Amino acid sequence: MSRARFIIPLAVFALLVVVLGIGIKQSPDKDLIPSPLIGKPAPDFSLPSLTDPSQRVSSAQLRGHWYLFNVWGTWCGSCRMEHDMLLKIKESGVIPLVGLDWKDDRSDALSFLKDAGDPYQSIAVDHDGSEAIMWGVYGAPETFLVNPQGIVVYKFIGPITDQAWQEQFLPRLPLSAPPSTASSS
Amino acid sequence: MRSRTGSFFIAALMGSLLLVSSGAYAIAPEQMPTPQLEARYLALIHGFRCMQCQDESLADSPVNLAADMRREVRDMLLAGKTDQQIRDFMVSRYGYFILFKPPFVLKTAWLWLTPGVLLLVGVIVAVRVIRQRATLVATDPEDNDLTDA
Repeated sequence: MSRARFIIPLAVFALLVVVLGIGIKQSPDKDLIPSPLIGKPAPDFSLPSLTDPSQRVSSAQLRGHWYLFNVWGTWCGSCRMEHDMLLKIKESGVIPLVGLDWKDDRSDALSFLKDAGDPYQSIAVDHDGSEAIMWGVYGAPETFLVNPQGIVVYKFIGPITDQAWQEQFLPRLPLSAPPSTASSS
Repeated sequence: MRSRTGSFFIAALMGSLLLVSSGAYAIAPEQMPTPQLEARYLALIHGFRCMQCQDESLADSPVNLAADMRREVRDMLLAGKTDQQIRDFMVSRYGYFILFKPPFVLKTAWLWLTPGVLLLVGVIVAVRVIRQRATLVATDPEDNDLTDA
């Protein structure tokens, strides 16, 4: 009886420590909403290409290859911050970048890429924002890692940093793909 | 005194009017073709969370993404989708987080059960403390702090 008087509050306290501990550990990610698309097929799409509107960029073309699906827009400041990192990823030749130009002005987008450099293999245009909803996008930039079977392996919210690239993306890629083999694309 | 409370009341009323009207003006009206569809549309968008603001519903949020998502809901309604199909679509893209009232499934069970468990723990502790105090009072009233405090 007297032992229970100590054990119960202690147990409640320990439980509280565990719950709050989990909360504190996850607090840097509390604004990041986990995507239900992870482990599921990426949405099928076929959208006009930014660089050549007569061409289409489609998920069917991308089957059989790993790719990064990067949602951006020239109106998005964080995307500009991320841009140098995207150029570095392109240079590394590890994985092609497919862009989704989200609710953007076409001429703004083209002139931005002309000035800042174009890291993308191809860019699909989402003029009215409906494609972004298919991907569960709620802010830009967001980047999805899609495998050759068309399954979403990972989603990164916010500008990709060097650290995120090393710690989150590369380990998820097969054999950390040496640049020399991937440069053929 | 009376006039002061009166003016405070009027100020509060005006303040709340301001809040209400600014909310109303933030969203452009989007009419549905029939009153039935309109009612379903309004019920649906009030049940979805704006993913950018997170504490506002799609119906109340002025941000662009919320407008796009309302359009998506409207298009699905006009295409003849049921409420459940529309909710399932939103959940498949954004997760249960988008629902203000998440369903009771394994993944969300803790969300629904934790408050009840906490309440139960509180009640058990309270009952035990009250019982202990009651027996203290009953057995030796001289030794009780409550009587001479």
